Amino acid sequence: MKYLGPLAKDNPVLVQVLGVCSALAVTAQLKPAVVMALSVTVVCALSNLIISLMRSTIPPRIRIIVQLLVVSTLVIVVDQFLQAYLYEVSKMLSVFVGLIITNCIIMGRLEAFALSHGPLPSLIDGVMNGLGYGLVLVVVGTFRELFGTGTLWNFPVLPHSFYEAGYMNNGLMILPPMALILVGSLIWILNSAKKSVK
Amino acid sequence: MNGLFDIFVRSVFIDNMVFAYFLGMCSYLAVSKSVKTAFGLGVAVSFVLAVTVPVNYLIDKYLLKEGALAWLNESWGALDLSFLSLIVFIAVIAGIVQLLEMVIERFSPALYQALGIFLPLIAVNCAILGGSLFMQEKNFPTVAHSFSYALGSGLGWLLAIVAFAAIRERLRYSDIPKPLQGNGIAYIITGLLGLGFMAFLGI
Repeated sequence: MKYLGPLAKDNPVLVQVLGVCSALAVTAQLKPAVVMALSVTVVCALSNLIISLMRSTIPPRIRIIVQLLVVSTLVIVVDQFLQAYLYEVSKMLSVFVGLIITNCIIMGRLEAFALSHGPLPSLIDGVMNGLGYGLVLVVVGTFRELFGTGTLWNFPVLPHSFYEAGYMNNGLMILPPMALILVGSLIWILNSAKKSVK
Repeated sequence: MNGLFDIFVRSVFIDNMVFAYFLGMCSYLAVSKSVKTAFGLGVAVSFVLAVTVPVNYLIDKYLLKEGALAWLNESWGALDLSFLSLIVFIAVIAGIVQLLEMVIERFSPALYQALGIFLPLIAVNCAILGGSLFMQEKNFPTVAHSFSYALGSGLGWLLAIVAFAAIRERLRYSDIPKPLQGNGIAYIITGLLGLGFMAFLGI
């Protein structure tokens, strides 16, 4: 139970404001958002595990460089994997896969958790933070694709009768600034919910 | 010359790092409490971008790209090291930031006082790595183009963070619903600023 925090209460994006940097640009559609979420989860979990295994051998002075090297190696693996098996999506994500390296969530978890905990808790912590981040991406991606283009995962989900009745896709949702406004609204909802729980 | 200026204007206004690609959002949100510190960080980001992007451009062109090593040895022409670019770029950036810090500390203590706290932060700022990765994707013909792109992106980032900090200073006196205070409203303001910047698309 104590590991579930990152999904809502300590959500890295909504509460700690980490890692928004690269990610929101990929949420115009659901599919790249899901792929991005999975990639970050994999990198976060594995780098947490590796750093945690090496934590007693890393000299504290150069730990940032070591962390960067571990993370960028993992990101290269993920990047090559995406290019080999999901070429279309990797084109859509373009530079944002590379930018996982500088995602503050990953460096933040390495510094705050993996350096002081054993391998198994670190692995779980990595997975949970990755998923908490992914959750935001998927929610934002769902909203933007549904209202922006009327599709989900590229399948049309809105019935034709809607359009015949005069419904129009909201082109504004596809533009980058809407991602920010949606995240702002999510924070609002989360904060209101937290207060009513208390 | 014309092409250089085009790239510059484009990267300041249309492909703005913050509003179009959300790069450097972490520090953008964290360091925008006052205009003065925001300006300091903005200058530091522009400076580091303007140095690292051309360097990475040269490294990409003469070491990493497919066939880039041909100038060293005919038989290396077939090598494609571009999969290494991520790790090389980040290492170059971390190295240059460290170097800059030392050089600035030695030659301009005043500038060091102003930028000092921000420089180490910048090594892991997504805007910096993003600048190099976009440079690689855009395939600029000469190093001058990449410099003009880097300078434009840096100034665009500076513009964004200073504008945002100025709004945020005013925000202290306005009446915002409690759950929306702090980060919530910060995101929404950034979104609205971004919508404003979309107007430049016509240029």
